Amino acid sequence: MTTNQSSIQHKSDIPFYRDERVLQIIAQVVSAVLIIGAVIWAIMNFLKAAEARGMTLTLGFLKEAAGFPISNPPIDYDPSMSFGRAFLVGLVNTLRVSVFGVIGATILGTLLALARLSTNWLLSRIALAYIEFHRNIPLLVLLFIWYFTVFAKLPKVQESIAWPGPVYVNLRGFYITWPRLTETSQPFVISIGIGILLAIIVYVILRRRREIAGKETHYSRISLGIVMIFPLIGWFLCTGSPLWLDVPILEGFNFRGGLRFTPEFAALFVGLTMYTAAFIAEVVRAGIQAVDRGQVEAARAVGLSTGQVLSLVVMPQALRVIIPPMISQYLNLTKNSSLALAVGFQEVFSVGKITINQAGRAVPVFALVMVTYLTMSLLTSFVLNLYNRRIQFVMR
Amino acid sequence: MAATEVVQETKRPPQPPGLLKWIRDNLFSSWGNTLLTIVLLPITVFILFSSIRWMFVGADWRVVTQFPLLYTVGQYPRDEIWRVGIGLSLIIFMLGASWGKWGGLLRSISIAFSIVFGVFALLPVQHPELDLGMRLYLGANVLLILVGYWIGRIQYLKGGHIVIGWSITPILAILFLSGFENSSTLPAVGTTLWGGLLVTFLLAAGGIVLSFPIGIALALGRRSSLPVVSAFSTIFIEAIRGVPLITILFMFSIILALFLPSESRIDRLVRSLMAVTFFSAAYSAENVRGGLQAVPHGQIEAAKAVGMSNFQTMLFITMPQALRAVLPAIVGQFISLFKDTTLVVIVGINDFLGIGRSIINSDPEFMQLQVEVYLFIAVVYWIFCYLMSLASRRLEAAMGVSSRL
Repeated sequence: MTTNQSSIQHKSDIPFYRDERVLQIIAQVVSAVLIIGAVIWAIMNFLKAAEARGMTLTLGFLKEAAGFPISNPPIDYDPSMSFGRAFLVGLVNTLRVSVFGVIGATILGTLLALARLSTNWLLSRIALAYIEFHRNIPLLVLLFIWYFTVFAKLPKVQESIAWPGPVYVNLRGFYITWPRLTETSQPFVISIGIGILLAIIVYVILRRRREIAGKETHYSRISLGIVMIFPLIGWFLCTGSPLWLDVPILEGFNFRGGLRFTPEFAALFVGLTMYTAAFIAEVVRAGIQAVDRGQVEAARAVGLSTGQVLSLVVMPQALRVIIPPMISQYLNLTKNSSLALAVGFQEVFSVGKITINQAGRAVPVFALVMVTYLTMSLLTSFVLNLYNRRIQFVMR
Repeated sequence: MAATEVVQETKRPPQPPGLLKWIRDNLFSSWGNTLLTIVLLPITVFILFSSIRWMFVGADWRVVTQFPLLYTVGQYPRDEIWRVGIGLSLIIFMLGASWGKWGGLLRSISIAFSIVFGVFALLPVQHPELDLGMRLYLGANVLLILVGYWIGRIQYLKGGHIVIGWSITPILAILFLSGFENSSTLPAVGTTLWGGLLVTFLLAAGGIVLSFPIGIALALGRRSSLPVVSAFSTIFIEAIRGVPLITILFMFSIILALFLPSESRIDRLVRSLMAVTFFSAAYSAENVRGGLQAVPHGQIEAAKAVGMSNFQTMLFITMPQALRAVLPAIVGQFISLFKDTTLVVIVGINDFLGIGRSIINSDPEFMQLQVEVYLFIAVVYWIFCYLMSLASRRLEAAMGVSSRL
């Protein structure tokens, strides 16, 4: 009774400025007012400036003719098309260099990690030197080195370097002989599609059967065989060859045909790949080293082959450690592709910059560019996090 | 009889490893390794040999050696260059004093600085920019470190005094560098004339010093129980981490002006510094948050149990453990901030890399010497980044990051 009374007494003694609940509400209101106030203040300033300079905030200008060229556009584009189209070209360019870069950096990074862990001292030291060099210099310096001292110094068109393939390398880019589909190639394409689908279905079914019954079903070999046989069937179904070789030919002052990469693309791709590979190598190395040695020894002891030890024991465990930092490396690579501006490759950011110079609508263009990057980052991390969740330990 | 033989066997000293055994173990341990070594060795030797030959015979280092002042301070007026010197000396002196007070890592840094200054002061080459005055100045800096050391050793000088000194010196140095309008002794020098390593270090140091507290505040904000605060912090952090630094740099250099009153003008170097700071703060915040999550909850409960307030718990219990746990990540973030300062070249600021570019563009003859310039720049960045990561490792060892916790 007395304790109860005293506690009530005590409660009413607390002045409101020492009551934590009241303080929390006050803190929230104050911070909300401060933040919203600052935003409103900035918008008011902007509206005043916009009125004074006659700026508009709409995205309507995206339909106007862009009027600037983009070299080697991946989709149809010429300067008479709209700003929106130019922006789309930039987006495709960003995605192209990012996807190529992610694949290249993953392969190179993994090889470097394996080299770093090699028992051969020389190989391990070479990998170490590569990694330490690339991790400790700014990416922009690396890009400048690749672009200005290698790719911008390629020979003129008339003095092109010819590699077997044939591949021609000159100041205007890399021209690679490339197989392309003919008009009568539909059966070929369709049968490839069917083959892949069928292979996946067979793989899943046979693998499940193996897991349940414990009998060897050769699931990987059978599905691999299906993938390889179906294109062959499709090839014979076609009237004539479904593919033709697009060989680059020197016509006047320029090459025609073939798959073309500009030196700017090459510089950005090589720079991004080599830079990110050094970071990925450390991620992969840490992942492999995180797998307990006893696991490998135990796997050997039960008679698994080296390949099986790697693919069934080491990799599944290493991936759990590797995937989260790998996601952030992929995101870094995508964001770093915006440094293309410095070497003159036209992706989202540099198209946005040119648009600002031409159309002068800094704020909407910038909002568009930032929203684009934000969407790409969030989508990538969302998809990869789904994958990450699949391979993590199931906690009970 | 047999027993004594065994004893003798064990008493025999172990074989010294020997060079031959090392080579066999590390280069020729198996058929695969032997093949690899045979392929790699000649390639490595060839590449090393030809790059060393190029360095001493083929390369033309004039683009680097002709302009030491340009690389260090950019276009800063040569008549006013003593002001940069005074700014540097102030910081050197504080470094010496900190060495005297705390020792440890600061000792190595001070000695490294002294050696660099000493070597340049005594460099046996003729150079118009390395005249007697410059040599004397460099030598004086070595003395200044030692003087600082002696002052730092004085008993009644407390650590607090040195911290106060550290917070005043940068402001003094910046005031010296920028000068004042209508002043005859210290005329104003616009930041458009600043450049080279000076700008790189200003951006990096300023970014580190400013972004770290903002990052801690954002991390605490994100973990706050107040929905408004945590929502704002989360949005800020994720929005900045989702876009490239270069877009933020452009936003601050082009768009920020539109959102401020039309009469206000922020210096463009300050705008770049703000961009770098906010960018780095978002990443630091995530690192600090990781550290905060690593602190066991029992620590906080124990602190509460002995009667510490929320604020005291955070300041004396949670934060020190959190920061120690993520020290490597934090230093890694500082290193990448240092590397990222190069992006200001794209918004037209002549930092160390930018000066290299403008030297190349200044003379058609230098257009052929780009390799030399960029390699020199890369090596300088490399040295600083490598030293930072070395310092980080020493600091980790000293704080027992991996052994305790």
